[in-house]
Amino acid sequence: MNNVLNQIGIENYIFLAVILFSIGVFGVLYRRNAIIVFMSIEIMLNAVNLLFVAFSTYHQDAQGQVFVFFSMAVAAAEVAVGLAILVSIFRNLGSIDIDNLKNLKG
Amino acid sequence: MTPFLIIFCVLAAITLSTAFLTVFTKNPIHSAIYLVICFFSIAGHYLLLNSQFLAVVHIIVYSGAIMILFLFTIMLMNLNKENEVHKPRVTRLGAIVLFGLTCAILIALFVNSKPIMGEYDATGEDFQSINKLGNVLLNEYMVPFEFASILLLVAMIGTVLLSKKEKIQK
Repeated sequence: MNNVLNQIGIENYIFLAVILFSIGVFGVLYRRNAIIVFMSIEIMLNAVNLLFVAFSTYHQDAQGQVFVFFSMAVAAAEVAVGLAILVSIFRNLGSIDIDNLKNLKG
Repeated sequence: MTPFLIIFCVLAAITLSTAFLTVFTKNPIHSAIYLVICFFSIAGHYLLLNSQFLAVVHIIVYSGAIMILFLFTIMLMNLNKENEVHKPRVTRLGAIVLFGLTCAILIALFVNSKPIMGEYDATGEDFQSINKLGNVLLNEYMVPFEFASILLLVAMIGTVLLSKKEKIQK
């Protein structure tokens, strides 16, 4: 298993992570449903985590994986708080369409 | 085509297609289920890179905890409908253009950084077993590890406060 990156190539992992990240950006801009926007943010976080692990293997260093643990903890906290905010938005407005949240626009 | 490359290509195809379907599917519940498949295939990538512990943690945290949260929220808000209005056409076109631009710029950036990255040499040294990871996590990264627990505590309190029903004040 040690030469797995020799056989696959770090470039392939870079392309995969970049396309995954771009899909996340696309989803944030494309959809109006706030829950799908949250899912797109999760996709972006996962793309970065994947690149972290790939380069951790590339450099034979465990610190990249430790960083992924912290980013997972932050992602879990972010999702919990974000979904709580969505629930309270839904209680007040009756929908979670992000284009309806224009109260601060003036 | 070596076996590892074939496995990688299959996993990458699953990851990318389910990620696209997550964004494009109208029904939020179907979106969430595609996202679960996407997370599982990413865990497969981790396994392919021989980081077993991370793969298991990824499945527990993402496919378990986070997706349960998503599904419960979708069902709580009764969003199981397919009548979402699209964004204006200009915005959607801009999103597609930005998708292409982000891809092009990031790929160009990473491809040109090859001389800085250095070469890959497999020394066969064990660096990602649970033993080694635990040593690094609890020696070098002790303080951030403890701060992560404070972060989770604060997030828990914040979530309870935010989602509590407010009394109508009169």
